[in-house]
Amino acid sequence: MALLNKIPKENSAAEGQKRVKEPLFHIVKRDAPVWYKAWLIRAAAIVLALLLCAVVTVLLARNVNPLDVFKAMISGNFGTVRRIWVMLQSLSILLCVSLALTPAFKMRFWNIGGEGQILIGGLATAACMKLLGAKMPPVLLIFVMLAASIAAGAIWALIPAVFKAQWNTNETLFTLMMNYVAIQIVSYFTMVWEAHKGSANIGIINSKTHYGWLPQIGNEYLLSIIVVLALTVAMYIYLRYSKHGYEISVVGESQNTARYIGINVKKVIIRTMILSGALCGIAGFLLVGSIDHTITPTSSNNRGFTAIMVSWLAKFNPLMMLLTSFLIVFLECGAKEITTKFSLDKSFSDILTGIILFFIIGCEFFINYQIKFRHSQKEVA
Amino acid sequence: MQAAPAIELKGVTKTFGHVVANKNVNLEVRRGEILAILGENGSGKTTLMNMISGIYFPDEGQIFIDGQEVTIRSPKDAFNCGIGMIHQHFKLVDLFTAAENIILGVNDGKKYNVKEAAVRVQEIADRYGFILDPNKKIYDMSVSEKQTVEIIKVLYRGADILILDEPTAVLTPQETGRLFSVLRNMRDDGKSIIIITHKLHEVLSLSDRVSVLRKGEYIGTVNTAETNENELTEMMVGKKITLNIDRPEPKNMKNRLVINDITSVDAFGHTVLDHVSFIARSGEILGIAGIAGSGQRELLEAIAGLQQLRSGEIVYYDPKIDIAVDAEKASEEELQTLIAEDNLILRDPETRVRADLRGKTKAELERMQAGGAAFVRHPRVNLRDKTPTEIREMGVRLSFVPEDRLGMGLVGNMDIIDNMMLRSYKKGMSVFVDRKNPRNLAEEIISELEVVTPGPTTPVRRLSGGNVQKVLVGREIAANPKVLMAAYPVRGLDINSSYTIYNLLTKQKESGVAVIFVGEDLDVLVELCDRILVINSGRVTGLLDGRSATKEEIGLLMTKTDDRQEGEADGSAE
Repeated sequence: MALLNKIPKENSAAEGQKRVKEPLFHIVKRDAPVWYKAWLIRAAAIVLALLLCAVVTVLLARNVNPLDVFKAMISGNFGTVRRIWVMLQSLSILLCVSLALTPAFKMRFWNIGGEGQILIGGLATAACMKLLGAKMPPVLLIFVMLAASIAAGAIWALIPAVFKAQWNTNETLFTLMMNYVAIQIVSYFTMVWEAHKGSANIGIINSKTHYGWLPQIGNEYLLSIIVVLALTVAMYIYLRYSKHGYEISVVGESQNTARYIGINVKKVIIRTMILSGALCGIAGFLLVGSIDHTITPTSSNNRGFTAIMVSWLAKFNPLMMLLTSFLIVFLECGAKEITTKFSLDKSFSDILTGIILFFIIGCEFFINYQIKFRHSQKEVA
Repeated sequence: MQAAPAIELKGVTKTFGHVVANKNVNLEVRRGEILAILGENGSGKTTLMNMISGIYFPDEGQIFIDGQEVTIRSPKDAFNCGIGMIHQHFKLVDLFTAAENIILGVNDGKKYNVKEAAVRVQEIADRYGFILDPNKKIYDMSVSEKQTVEIIKVLYRGADILILDEPTAVLTPQETGRLFSVLRNMRDDGKSIIIITHKLHEVLSLSDRVSVLRKGEYIGTVNTAETNENELTEMMVGKKITLNIDRPEPKNMKNRLVINDITSVDAFGHTVLDHVSFIARSGEILGIAGIAGSGQRELLEAIAGLQQLRSGEIVYYDPKIDIAVDAEKASEEELQTLIAEDNLILRDPETRVRADLRGKTKAELERMQAGGAAFVRHPRVNLRDKTPTEIREMGVRLSFVPEDRLGMGLVGNMDIIDNMMLRSYKKGMSVFVDRKNPRNLAEEIISELEVVTPGPTTPVRRLSGGNVQKVLVGREIAANPKVLMAAYPVRGLDINSSYTIYNLLTKQKESGVAVIFVGEDLDVLVELCDRILVINSGRVTGLLDGRSATKEEIGLLMTKTDDRQEGEADGSAE
């Protein structure tokens, strides 16, 4: 053929090659999928996750029936009336922290210092209960506790915010390290206020007098649930309909646009972080004042980190967070039940939780993209 | 027997979601020819080339090189087929020399030897008439030199099918001419060259054949010698359109914005604006020409309150406020200053036409006043170092269409309504935002400017470039500006949208707005603007009359090397 003469020298090696096969699959971006399709994909992901969980159960715990495991998971959450209340209560605290982090994340300020902000808020509450308990009327005391915990959480968040706004320091590292400072401070005070010498444990504060214990509405669980539900609605309205919420979105999407239309970016960063820290402080207040009546360096129980996932999974929509925080709490309570019921290692339930979360987060990829496989091609003569 | 084409595409299709970027495209490039691929923005030119160069993989269709079917899965496969692509955005290591960049990643089994490579680079450059010093560092190079490095890079690797994506977008007319002569040399040497462009005159002067794409579809191929601008436009747009920009004579010009000797320094200590002075008048379009990065952005941002200045002032004469001037009480000096500033206005309640007061003395003005004339002046507002909010609060009506539409002017993830709110959300005492008025404005803009969108609640990033720009320009004009600044407002827009924008700017000018237009297409600048300010490395190098200026003249001023720096050097030697 004549074409052979036309091939330049440099190319002869390449031209010698045979037809290369089409790649096995390639990834194609999807259109914005209709909502029910997205939910179908999510449902399929959960079914697949449960199937894989069953396989893992059969492989790792030979004498356990996977169906029993799922049953235990459900009964861990809904088995008794008390369990339902406990589940709802821990849901409310997790949701409270998620609400706190959301404005910061929406502003693209990576506040991973929720942990420290909760602890320092809780410590402020504990300090008021311990030191002011007998000195003022109960109603006033509760308001002082609330104010103190809000202020403490806000200050803990304000410090990294000011550094970020003024000198553009890295807020991720800064807020993270503030967690450790808070943990150390709380450890110190558990020594100072220890119940018995050498126990390094505060014990239940004011266990006889109940000074500073938040009032019970109906039962011991309902108060924090109601407070957090109110906060959820308030946060939804704040982010969606207020001028502040609008400014947060603009700063988060593009600081250049914010500058261009004359938003004071520094002010918005500082204001939003004060809000974020204050809400974490409220979570600490509820935790110490209404639920635990004590404080330890692990009181916040990693909620400051778990809440990040809740917030992101819900795409920063406070109403959606009801659902995502339920998912996380459901898995946690269920895992606890599995471990005790089948006397399995805790890491076994961690594996199951991990699998389910992996599928739920991973399915977002398939909502946005689809995979096209190699199609059989007609041969060219 | 006719030789097989160097590269041939048959039925190539590529989709992104529901967007069909290319649909059943057939294309053929012969050895030793220059093929221009013409199409508006969004017509799929770049996607098509990305499939040839291995960045995307086609959903359907076949590619033949010299008559043999190939599968190109990666840029490496493309190189093996002798295909080299020169992208719009250069991919070079700033700290390396030209030769180092060129041999970077070349795996020819030989030892790494920069000296030898530099010799070969020089050979290639000489062979085709490039001007390049192989040992020059990239950060010392101009845009056109960097482009040369990119071209030689693919030649060095043995490419004989070259694809250039909008190569002239960043070049001056002189540099474009040089590039074209080099490309012709390469064609005569037997290389196949594909050049992507949407500039008709370049297609006509350079290419042998033209293939036209429209909305992802292949329309046809014509021989350049047998076609003309009108036919190509029709193929490209799908209907006949006239390409004339209306330029009415400016009326009733007044000094609106006086930029007085401003200097600005960036974060690295480089001077980005160097003693810039000019005047923007109401009722005219002032064009700003210059190579990309000559200080255009900084200049507009300085006026908009986004850039700190080291010295100078930005004076705005507020036309909404008249301050009476009593010719008897004012001193001669004051009156003469006002006249020099073009800020002494004879108020005739009947005509509102300004009489020319230049050369009038105090005595003459007093006589006029005794005869019933009344004089006013506008307050002088210095905008220097004011924030955008402060500027707005002072009542200065300044609108700004920034270069970076989705990164500055608009928020891509927000819908059209929320983007309308950017300018107005602060109004009122309520803590909540009002979305009703912005919704009305959004609907108004959508219908008046024919924005193609599913509705006002569609995120702006989902709109095409032209529609994004209509939303932005629409919002800025809706603010009823007295000064309207637009940076590259038609970049990436199709022909129809571009002309919509030009007409909007002209309408603003006719309604008495001072329009400042930063453009890159010199053909448009000389057709649209009343005066053209040329800047070069942050300095004003010329102010031309838009009606008499030529492209070549502007091009020379844009690239003129620094006689002033030499002058300074001379001065210090004395």
